[in-house]
Amino acid sequence: MRIYFTLLLIMAGSWYTYAQSTLSGKVTTTQLQPLDGAHIHIDDLHAMTLPDGTYSLPGIPAGNHRVVISFIGYKSMDTLVDIYHNLTLNAVLKPTSTQLQEVVLTENVSAKSTTHEQKLKAETIDKYSNASLGDALKEIAGVSSLKTGSTIVKPVINGLHSSRVPVISNNVRLEDQQWGTEHAPNMDINSAGKVSVIKGASALQYGGDAVGGLVLIEPVTVLKDTLFGRTILTGDSNGRGGSVTSSLHKGAEKGWAWNAGGTFKYMGDRETPNYVLSNTGNREANFWGDVKYIGNDYDLTASYSFYNAKIGIAAATHIGNVTDLVNAINNREPAVIKPFTYTIGVPRQEVQHHVAKLNYNKKLDDNNSLALQYAFQLNKREEYDIRRGALANVPALDLTLATHSVNADWKQIKDNITIKAGVSGAMQHNNASPDTGVRPLIPTYNRYDAGIYGIYSYAFSNTLSTEAGIRYDFSHIDATKFYQITRWDDLGYNGIYDDIITENFGTQYLTNPRFTYHNVSASLGVRKDLGNNFSLLGNASLAMRNPNASELFSDGLHHSNATIELGNLGTKKEESVKASATLLKNGSTFSFEVTPYINHINNFIFLQPTGVEYTIRGTFPVYRYKQANALMAGLDLHADWNITNRFKYSFNGAYVYGQNTDSDLPLTDMPPVNMTNTIRYTKTEWHSFFTELRSEAVFTQTHYPNYNFTAQLPVDGEFVNTLVNISTPPAGYHLLHFTSGMQFKIGKSLASVNVSVNNIFNTTYRDYLNRQRLYTDEIGRNFQLQLKFNY
Amino acid sequence: MKNFRIHALALVTLVTFASCSDDDSATVPVNEEEVITTITATFNPAGGGTAVTLTSRDLDGDGPQAPVNTVSGSFAAGTAYTGAVTFLNELTTPAGNITEEVHEEGVDHQLFFQQSGLGTFTYNDLDANGRPIGLTFKYVAVATPASGNLTITLRHLPNKEGANVSNGVITNAGGGTDAEAVFAVTVQ
Repeated sequence: MRIYFTLLLIMAGSWYTYAQSTLSGKVTTTQLQPLDGAHIHIDDLHAMTLPDGTYSLPGIPAGNHRVVISFIGYKSMDTLVDIYHNLTLNAVLKPTSTQLQEVVLTENVSAKSTTHEQKLKAETIDKYSNASLGDALKEIAGVSSLKTGSTIVKPVINGLHSSRVPVISNNVRLEDQQWGTEHAPNMDINSAGKVSVIKGASALQYGGDAVGGLVLIEPVTVLKDTLFGRTILTGDSNGRGGSVTSSLHKGAEKGWAWNAGGTFKYMGDRETPNYVLSNTGNREANFWGDVKYIGNDYDLTASYSFYNAKIGIAAATHIGNVTDLVNAINNREPAVIKPFTYTIGVPRQEVQHHVAKLNYNKKLDDNNSLALQYAFQLNKREEYDIRRGALANVPALDLTLATHSVNADWKQIKDNITIKAGVSGAMQHNNASPDTGVRPLIPTYNRYDAGIYGIYSYAFSNTLSTEAGIRYDFSHIDATKFYQITRWDDLGYNGIYDDIITENFGTQYLTNPRFTYHNVSASLGVRKDLGNNFSLLGNASLAMRNPNASELFSDGLHHSNATIELGNLGTKKEESVKASATLLKNGSTFSFEVTPYINHINNFIFLQPTGVEYTIRGTFPVYRYKQANALMAGLDLHADWNITNRFKYSFNGAYVYGQNTDSDLPLTDMPPVNMTNTIRYTKTEWHSFFTELRSEAVFTQTHYPNYNFTAQLPVDGEFVNTLVNISTPPAGYHLLHFTSGMQFKIGKSLASVNVSVNNIFNTTYRDYLNRQRLYTDEIGRNFQLQLKFNY
Repeated sequence: MKNFRIHALALVTLVTFASCSDDDSATVPVNEEEVITTITATFNPAGGGTAVTLTSRDLDGDGPQAPVNTVSGSFAAGTAYTGAVTFLNELTTPAGNITEEVHEEGVDHQLFFQQSGLGTFTYNDLDANGRPIGLTFKYVAVATPASGNLTITLRHLPNKEGANVSNGVITNAGGGTDAEAVFAVTVQ
């Protein structure tokens, strides 16, 4: 820590001592696509472009300089420039196969993005080829994962998840029943070329309800005229299986370009250090592809992706009633441990997600561009549970969610003003199959959405940009839902919602709940480049999120945690006001980013236990969706330090505080303090050899609400008051992971071999953010061998 | 703009399409075939006489209402009874007989009778593997008058090989509870 402050001081001191010029600008392709990671250097000064293609190279002494801008696969730009004051140099790089295009040298400045996108490295995406998106995102400071077992992983951004963290894949907002905490994003991480996270709701073009943040996934795009392929083979010892993923990419400057890829995954039961987690295997078979035609000033793309997964849920987590729950908690080990198998029985999830999309981009003139998109998504989710007789082969939950969406986005970049505006519309139909023999948790419904937004960015100077955005969203939901009359009365609906009852079936009412929402969201951002590679970003955002189907209608028993969960028709929308600041330093030896934030949420929706109910199965705690004002505040920290040209040290750390300010109680399921320290040794001469040791430390969460309750449970014929300990977080833990790899050139292709060991010491631990933490340990040591081929 | 018009047209078509499709679904309540609403334990005195019947009925299933338990009378001290337990789902018409299913899947089910000081329970049936199910049983009431709670539990997928599970000890049985009822009974 001290080293870091000292360094900070040295750097803070040094930028006052120089009074030189800064060269900045944007590097793009001939298609005006920003180039991320292009290298700019003047003598021994150098800089890299950010994901939006912009760069800033400060500290240039006055004089005539040779400027080199380069990017692999593109012709380098090599030019002489007189630099006596701050200057903008925008470069358009041409693919290597063709000639160098003109260089635009102006003193104009264009607005830089005021939102900070945190990006996963391509190497990280590859590393998680056999895992999931949620696992990979955990490598970003401030992002944790909410897990159900080891294969269902949801991203948590600054303590928020599910409906509060929309996933935008290939510019389409994934509609895959994200309301469920045990529903992971239905997408294959191998189809992603770029994965980034925006914390907070400042990217209004994607929606106004990202109370937590956004996950942005973009496919691989190849800009040069070439054909290349990529294959990754991964084998894991824990689960005794692996995956193979392969893709082919045909790029073009003009004319036809296409991408196609697929993944197969086959895994058996995972193992904790002490026992086999029965029924935790999973399978995936995914495909994705697109065809694009690139014209002079337009392009047209048709794409399709299919995600198909079968995921086993640990048998030990099927809980019949509170007696079973207490037994499962107190035993510390599943009652039945079977030998390893690849077979997936029940409980299990079978999920299919299709996305078909048409996209048209048109460059209207030098400053204006227009993008039109239509997307259709079909999500099919079947959940099988432990059932009797013929019902064993009938899913207990069978939902089909179909979503049509259209978007039209216009962008104008003119001098120092950038304007983005657009409209969107969506139509969704959820069908809850009545053939399950179980009253559906989520009803059949239709939803209609429409939105309009405008974002205005203005650059005051080369170093100061601001951005303001506003968005309006309309949403209407029209549901068809059955209520047991006893439940209807219990929820206090009698006399209040009588007008929505459409039919009385004796013991059940058929109802038609309808809701309409008008939401306004807004964002304000500022970015100041302080010189010496320091930037300061400030963002404030207002976001509104409508209650999802679960928060409104949920009505039934969850076997995974032996709770009865009840939504409420009176649930109001959630409103968040978030302010955050990011201090960035992008140096060649030392880089860091620190992001403090505060998020005040009005009508925060959460599940709260409110008592127990007695049924013929036994006793169950009842959780109801409640609303209260909440305050969340925290700090994310990331630092990279190239100690020498061989050794690199990285740090990730996050802290979040969540409090229900109405009841003055902590919020539940907040990620505990966590930090990751990585030391990496690289020796490029030895076939790009690298070896890395990563330490992952998660502290015990001490700030949690005590939802423990006492239930009267029969023991030897007598009722005994028994404490049901559902709240106490598990102890913190520390894990060590190891990775090492090399690259070999075989003819024209490149092969890499990576070996890793996760949880080297086979540590037994439980994680507070795993919904199965009450019943089972986390998985133990895993050896992984990964082979990558680029051809 | 032409493209946009096509999209708008497509959208209109799809709206029409979607609005047609939802008319036919979910207008009848789900037929809940799995729920156990009623547990009945019938005790017939071995030497003849009036049977004792214990019933637990929960007609709203997982709904908020608690089950209603009834006990038809007291057991006679020192008397031997032959007993049988039946499970019904009265949410369907006619009522579903779940006893049959439990019997057919005997290897995956076991009943447990938990009490203290009320007498002794012994299993009177066997599954395909020669282990007890508990749908039929024998009960010998304690010789001196007593009163207490009798808990009848139906476990799905218990570990029938667990220590003493075959003798009716639930502690090591594991599995998931499908039904559990507690009856206040007296032995006179």
